[in-house]
Amino acid sequence: MTPRKRKLGRGVAMVGAGMSRFGVHQNLTTRDLFVEAYQDMLKSVERGINPKDIEALYLGNAAAEVWEAQGSNAAMMAAATGLTPVPAVAIEAACASSGVALREGIIGIASGIYDVVLVGGTERMNTMPTDWNTLALASFSDSLYEGAAGFSFPALYASIATAYMHKYGVHHDEFLKGAIKNHVNGALNPKAHFKQTIKELMEARIARCKQRGEPVPTWQSEMEFLHDPKANPIVAYPNTLYDCCPVSDGAACVLLVAEDIAKNYASHPIYIVGSGHATGHNLADRESLTTIPATKAAAKEAYEMAGVTPNDIKIAEVHDCFTIAEVLAIGDLGFFKEGKEAAAAAGEGKTALNGVKPINTSGGLKCKGHPVGASGVAQAVEVFEQMLGHAGARQVKKDVNLALTHNVGAHGTNVAVHIFERRG
Amino acid sequence: MAERAFTSESFYLYAGEKKLMGTRCQKCGKISCPPRPICIHCQSDKVEWVELKGKGKIAAFSVIPYGPMPFVKEGYGRDNPHCSGIIELEEGPKVAAQILGVDVKHPENIKIGTPVVVDFTERGSWHYIEDVYKVRKVYPVFKVG
Repeated sequence: MTPRKRKLGRGVAMVGAGMSRFGVHQNLTTRDLFVEAYQDMLKSVERGINPKDIEALYLGNAAAEVWEAQGSNAAMMAAATGLTPVPAVAIEAACASSGVALREGIIGIASGIYDVVLVGGTERMNTMPTDWNTLALASFSDSLYEGAAGFSFPALYASIATAYMHKYGVHHDEFLKGAIKNHVNGALNPKAHFKQTIKELMEARIARCKQRGEPVPTWQSEMEFLHDPKANPIVAYPNTLYDCCPVSDGAACVLLVAEDIAKNYASHPIYIVGSGHATGHNLADRESLTTIPATKAAAKEAYEMAGVTPNDIKIAEVHDCFTIAEVLAIGDLGFFKEGKEAAAAAGEGKTALNGVKPINTSGGLKCKGHPVGASGVAQAVEVFEQMLGHAGARQVKKDVNLALTHNVGAHGTNVAVHIFERRG
Repeated sequence: MAERAFTSESFYLYAGEKKLMGTRCQKCGKISCPPRPICIHCQSDKVEWVELKGKGKIAAFSVIPYGPMPFVKEGYGRDNPHCSGIIELEEGPKVAAQILGVDVKHPENIKIGTPVVVDFTERGSWHYIEDVYKVRKVYPVFKVG
């Protein structure tokens, strides 16, 4: 049986988008971060929004129960933003929690039940010692069998990397070039966890050694710096520290409205024309280890709903929790051919801000940061800003009338893909 | 003897008897290891136990200096990393497991495609909810050679 093509019951538009500063915020709770994102979102609505218009909250959160010993997060965030008694629901899909919340918020409007909804995501992760954090992150994988086999979370993506390198004869340096590229973008993002390029981080370290009278490293290039295990140690071979996104605290939210009232809020609403969502098996049960089948399935649904092809997409925010993840994403989303072409794209400048297909203009999870439950919606915040020409120093020069977001839960067990359009 | 249920508990009880057990779908013939009561390929619930030979090859791997807690308790860590990976079994299915007998100090020398055989190892408490997995004391691992 071929599944029927899905379509939205009515049009949905994004008219506001905001996020907190991403980073290590040990003096801010999940709630504080969410309020910061909410207030940032309110300011972004061109023609203004009365909070009383908001009818429901869809919240992405992966594990505040673990990191903050706090459940009931949907109700807590509704109260923190003054929205109580609106209906609120928290959605858990590991690192895709808020990408899936976005999908559910869209369905809430497309169904006709609501006209105006808030979709948010929030996560505070810097609360525990490393071994507990390792356990919390590993719980997003198949804890019963993959955890018991000794996998940390970075080790799962690392395994995919070894399979990819073996199958396609790709060198690990190609993956690191993606991290270099994403830091170049993120250095231009005032909300990013890191606001420095890898070159700047390297130079800062050399300056620190000089200042302290310590032996001065002789790195001549970013790649030499990244090859030095003292500067860039192995986290899970072949993943080094700079292959991995940071552990971040942060929140993001967007305001969705029904298409027929969108112009009450903005002269140029960003229409959501495609939504895809799929689940996938754990690593061992996949046919191929060099692709994320759930990305392909979610992308197919989103492209068909939008009636567009990968070539039509001007920019994309993809899920680069590890450097290999961006390589997988740009292959599975149909932007580049899986294998050597996808692996070389960053190094060849094809995915740079001025490349043929700018990927992760925000800095991606790698540099902007990855508060897991917030990342899916934060991707939508970036495309909102890029599509309206509000992205400042990192603004893509070409007209961004069609953009895509791709949010992966765990190592590919839950994926949400969305396609956004600006008309005129 | 009553047949064991197709559960995680049964998988680990068999591991305690040094048997690597999976389920074979009676409809499509595909094998799952660990066992599954419903076939992930054709959704049939007509499955039966099958003992696997425990021979396979490395399909993917990582060398891990910061592993899960039971591995840390066993003495694995930054100076003594362990290797875990995906093993493709001769009978078809792939399994996630620790891999022994590889050069963890030089992971660039570990080759995908290397033949491995199953072994069984006792392992300590998994984490604070270990009571949920009471029978899980013996785990399948794979060895080179």
